[in-house]
Amino acid sequence: MLVNRRLILAHFWLAFAVFGIALTLGAWQMFIRSPIGTWLSNPELYYRSLTAHGTVMGYVFPTLVAMGFGYAISESALEQRLVGVRWAWTGFWLIVIGSVMAVIPVALGRASVLYTFYPPLIGNVFYYLGVVLVVVGSWIWVALMAVNLRVWRKAHPGAPVPLAMFANVAGSYLWAWTAVGAALELLLQITPVAAGLKATIDAGLARVFFSWTLHAIVYFWLMPTYIAYYTIVPRAIGGRVYSDSMARISFILFLVVAMPIGMHHTFADPMVGAGFKFIHSAFTALVALPTLLTVFTICASVEIAARLRGGRGMFGWIRALPWDNPMMLALAFSFVMLGFGGAGGLINMSYQLDASIHNTQWITGHFHLIFGGAIVIMYFAIAYDLWPHLTGRELIDLRLIRTQLWLWFLGMIVTTFPWHWVGILGMPRRMAYFDFGDPAIAPQALSVTFSAIGGFILLTSGILFLVILARGMRAPQADAGPYRFALAVHQPATVPIALNTHALWVALMIALTLTNYGYPILTLAMTEGTSVPAVYVGAQ
Amino acid sequence: MSARDLFTFSNPHFTRGVGITAAILIVTAIVGFIVLPFAQPWVQFANVWDAICSAAGVPQRAANVTAPEQVKRLSEVVLTSNTLSRPSQEAIGRGATLAQRCAICHGPTGISRADSPNLAGQYAAVIYKELHDFRSGARTNAVMSPFAVNLTDQEIADLSLYYAYLPRLPAYHPTPQLPKPNIVIYGAPMRGIAPCGSCHGSLDNKTGSPWLEGQSEAYMKAQLQAFASGERRNDISQQMRNIARALTPQEIEQAAAYYASQPPDVVKAVD
Repeated sequence: MLVNRRLILAHFWLAFAVFGIALTLGAWQMFIRSPIGTWLSNPELYYRSLTAHGTVMGYVFPTLVAMGFGYAISESALEQRLVGVRWAWTGFWLIVIGSVMAVIPVALGRASVLYTFYPPLIGNVFYYLGVVLVVVGSWIWVALMAVNLRVWRKAHPGAPVPLAMFANVAGSYLWAWTAVGAALELLLQITPVAAGLKATIDAGLARVFFSWTLHAIVYFWLMPTYIAYYTIVPRAIGGRVYSDSMARISFILFLVVAMPIGMHHTFADPMVGAGFKFIHSAFTALVALPTLLTVFTICASVEIAARLRGGRGMFGWIRALPWDNPMMLALAFSFVMLGFGGAGGLINMSYQLDASIHNTQWITGHFHLIFGGAIVIMYFAIAYDLWPHLTGRELIDLRLIRTQLWLWFLGMIVTTFPWHWVGILGMPRRMAYFDFGDPAIAPQALSVTFSAIGGFILLTSGILFLVILARGMRAPQADAGPYRFALAVHQPATVPIALNTHALWVALMIALTLTNYGYPILTLAMTEGTSVPAVYVGAQ
Repeated sequence: MSARDLFTFSNPHFTRGVGITAAILIVTAIVGFIVLPFAQPWVQFANVWDAICSAAGVPQRAANVTAPEQVKRLSEVVLTSNTLSRPSQEAIGRGATLAQRCAICHGPTGISRADSPNLAGQYAAVIYKELHDFRSGARTNAVMSPFAVNLTDQEIADLSLYYAYLPRLPAYHPTPQLPKPNIVIYGAPMRGIAPCGSCHGSLDNKTGSPWLEGQSEAYMKAQLQAFASGERRNDISQQMRNIARALTPQEIEQAAAYYASQPPDVVKAVD
């Protein structure tokens, strides 16, 4: 039962509106530093745009999607009205205010520090405060998810928590803890410098704090996508979840091992010991496990649907799948991109292999393929699936939806594959300008041109997405019925307490954070003389 | 179901979950802190503890190596964007009196007729840094050094504030404005040269970089050549030397001629 539809719709609309703006900036960035654009004489404009693109795509857009989807899950999976609606609106407005507060200094060129902050670069203090407000707003959501589950548990003692809600709350806890790293960096280190109270900053420590957030945040972005894999896709294509327990174990594994791995982002940094880098590398390898489990379970779930539809043979069943169903299409595209992106990720997390692609365009290609591709295409799918239930109107034009998904998939491949390639050739990331007339990089011009064209395909797809949703608001009214999630082949009657609660796994997550981050953070914080003068962006 | 049922060794999920996690942690720690350090034949460790400390990144004092003696003095001035950011009227007044002895070269209104830099309206931090460098010997000049050597910190600050306070007047020898050369607005990215304008105004200004509009062409050219030859070395981290060395003689001339032809009123105000 979806009662607070306005709340959920507000989250989704805001998410997709800012997504549209950031997507446009992204396409412009691709164009302006490609051989088909003329060199923008002011690199600062490029970094301004890059900061806005990253801040929106990294913090605002996925957080709003996770929140809106989370509220929808809470109401429909638990079948109870959302507790704390006023708080939910407070969280929403905090995000609105935070986003506006952050984007103004960025637009004025006073905070071109990129969304990863990069101290000792220091921007305007309101940029950071804006980001903090966005995070605080999302923490309200975390608390509400926990409270709603608690209320439900009281009413249903001992009953298995519906999978969608179990996963949703796991995602919210992961976010609550992973955001602490960046919050500490912002509040203890950056804001005092940005406010003029200090003039130096320990950039090494800041990078370690940020790595605490930066990797697990990806799994927070990923959560809605995985929830959709398990609880929406099988239902939408007429199948069942192959294993409810396997799904729970996957989400639990994300909770435990997504956190203590972020230092693979600092392989090239001198301030962390090689032993810790190795541990983080090894734990990063473990994150592949829940993804492999998921791919197995979802393929099995999809096979069930295909066989129910009369599919036969070892691979013959694949043809029997409902390929005209947008959800099926989105899943397939998502898996292909997850496969390529995941394989690239294994290279990034390997201490030695990373050296050849560190800080190259490979990395940009990698996270666009995983996040922009595998994850965001499922955000589209979630929106398409939820929209009729939120608006009470039908999304009629399935052909247009399929076109949109195809364009996104193709656009992402055309954008990111050449990006990976030029990365291997050594093209650095975060550059505003490349002189393709130089013989040293002239051979990369063609790849970069393709990449830029991919950017425009993505932009087209993004616009189409917004058009479809907007038209969906004006379509004829139709009752979509209650919103349901996929059932498992063996729907659990009871679930062991460890698979029905989060406490053990949250405890392990925190314990591993302490073992894997405690010592490096403490030594850096206590070592004298590790700070460097701040470099104020836009200061005269 | 309560926390007591969950966090107990009789709960197999608890035992296995914690056990497997701890086992993975211990194995990776042994590999990362003991096996791998010793697997590097080119690094010698005294004992296992030494290897562990090295892998953990325990800060260690560098071996007692005496730093090579600096033949030439380097700049020791620390600038932040807040340096001299709050001028007082008294300081400006004192600076005006002191500036009388500068007028012979830098002009009574801070506009030079002798190919010395125009100081009227220059950023305070710039004058502050250069005077300190002349005083310490990090920058030397036959005419300027004797003037600077006896200045006190207070006098340097006062002079900097006074000149920053003066209005930027049009240069004494304006020439028809030239088109912007590439080196000024684009730099040369493939040679690692940022656009001049990204530090010296027009695009952006970085603390400690002077604005250059309307300065003497001969002076700017001489300074770029001095940076390129290493004769002038008071730029922090060699930022100007690295750029000047990579510039072609033609680019030096273009940049100097271009900036000399610009009116100073296009310079961004300090905020």
